[in-house]
Amino acid sequence: MREIKARKFVFTGELEPEKTTNLHELIEGAKIMKDAVVAANVTDNPQSMAYMSSLVASYTVQKESGLEMIYQLRCSDRNRIALTSDLLGAGHLGIRNILALTGDHTSLGDTPEAKPVFDLDSSQLCYLIRKMVDKGTDLNGNNIHDPPKYHVGVAGNPNCVPLEAEILKLGRKIEAGAEFIQTQVIYEIELARTFIKEMERYKCPILIGIFPMKSYGVAAYFDKYIPGVHVPKHLLTDLKAVKDSDLDKSAKEQKYAEVNFEYFVPFIQELMKTKAAGVHVMAVGWESIIVELIQKAYGE
Amino acid sequence: MIITKEKTIEEIYSMLEPHKKILIISCDGCVQPPRGLKQADIMLKLLELKRKLENKGFEAKTTTILRQCDDDITVSTIKPILDHEEFDAILSLACGVGVQIVAGIYEIPVYPAQNTLFMGAKIGNDYYEKCAGCGDCLLGYTGGFCPIANCAKSLVNGPCGGPIDEKCEVGNYTNPCAWIEIFKRLNSRPDGIELFMKFRTSVDYRKRNNPRKYEEKVIEVERTNI
Repeated sequence: MREIKARKFVFTGELEPEKTTNLHELIEGAKIMKDAVVAANVTDNPQSMAYMSSLVASYTVQKESGLEMIYQLRCSDRNRIALTSDLLGAGHLGIRNILALTGDHTSLGDTPEAKPVFDLDSSQLCYLIRKMVDKGTDLNGNNIHDPPKYHVGVAGNPNCVPLEAEILKLGRKIEAGAEFIQTQVIYEIELARTFIKEMERYKCPILIGIFPMKSYGVAAYFDKYIPGVHVPKHLLTDLKAVKDSDLDKSAKEQKYAEVNFEYFVPFIQELMKTKAAGVHVMAVGWESIIVELIQKAYGE
Repeated sequence: MIITKEKTIEEIYSMLEPHKKILIISCDGCVQPPRGLKQADIMLKLLELKRKLENKGFEAKTTTILRQCDDDITVSTIKPILDHEEFDAILSLACGVGVQIVAGIYEIPVYPAQNTLFMGAKIGNDYYEKCAGCGDCLLGYTGGFCPIANCAKSLVNGPCGGPIDEKCEVGNYTNPCAWIEIFKRLNSRPDGIELFMKFRTSVDYRKRNNPRKYEEKVIEVERTNI
């Protein structure tokens, strides 16, 4: 948040704990991108799949890598009592940033029979966090000894149609206390520009979400299964050409990276000309691309 | 209306397996699709056929009740029957409310023929959930479209990040996103944006903690001649 407040153009990364007790890869990933990003999100049961606790992963990876984490917290799986409890724990563990999310519906995950909670939504979670930090109380006004200190952000969806409904909703989240917004993945620079312009009324820092694709398979899966987001056809064609080429594995990896640079470097450079506060790079498991993307965006 | 879906005939057969003389009671109240005397007679025929095929003895009768959920009406309807004739089981075609009223009157085992689904409306040939009985109606502020019943997450500050082309991700994009629908309805009203922007800090779930009861206060009004 310090960098955002200083009006620097910042980058954040993303780490995803999986169905494992091992955090080795996440720690290594965090170390790779440490000098390029200001922080990295740690996902919380994404798509309603039960993965390792985001809080535990946030704490451990932050401690081991020295990179600041953005602890993602969903309302899908916890009521306000459990959320408050986890938030107090996060305060104790030195978590500095929280991304308050409503979360995907439980029926969309790998345990679809689970009871969905949604006692609070993301704006209400924001409101709870602000009460804890600013007033030193829980949602009901009960005092907290040694209240926590952290920043709270929310997610925004520039792909929403009608966009005005999303913009107004984000207004509510900001009213509830959101300090920054990280968006869903965008591929169209015009859409990013429109969103940033529409959001100007709130003066809340926005980090635009991008998704570099490690292979054609990842891109095709993303295009097909991630709702509302379509990978531009020419980008898919370029990635497919790499897949179908006769290159060996490492040459293919290099070529995939080049296709991503070709698309995202100008994209990021265009974003730098807008009022966006930065870019949220969701390159889960491909941290080296984040570092290179940023270097190239700065012409290094 | 209360929407129900008939249990599989196999489950109904299985529940009634130990019983020889069954009273099938339908309901003429709000339950939909209709679960009246006609449906009770069809059920009787099905049970008869099954028992006949198995060469097992079976006797059944049907009757109907105006509203099985009304204790007074149900008692006054079935008491004359059960006081004069012995049955060893009752099969109720009503919703879960009606089944419980019947089950509370006699010690005869009572079985449900339906799975009770929701409070809903009939639109075209289909039934849709429209009210979740949350105990704190928001319809006056949401353009007459309920976010509790119509939003998969029952959000009071929607929409979430899930809708595509105005459709909800839950249900494979066949249902409208409740909050986009609310936005569209409010957007054309002079006070609409203010209503849409209203931030609800939390929901008081005590209003829907079960079991709930409502005690109607009887107010006596003295008639006066004007």
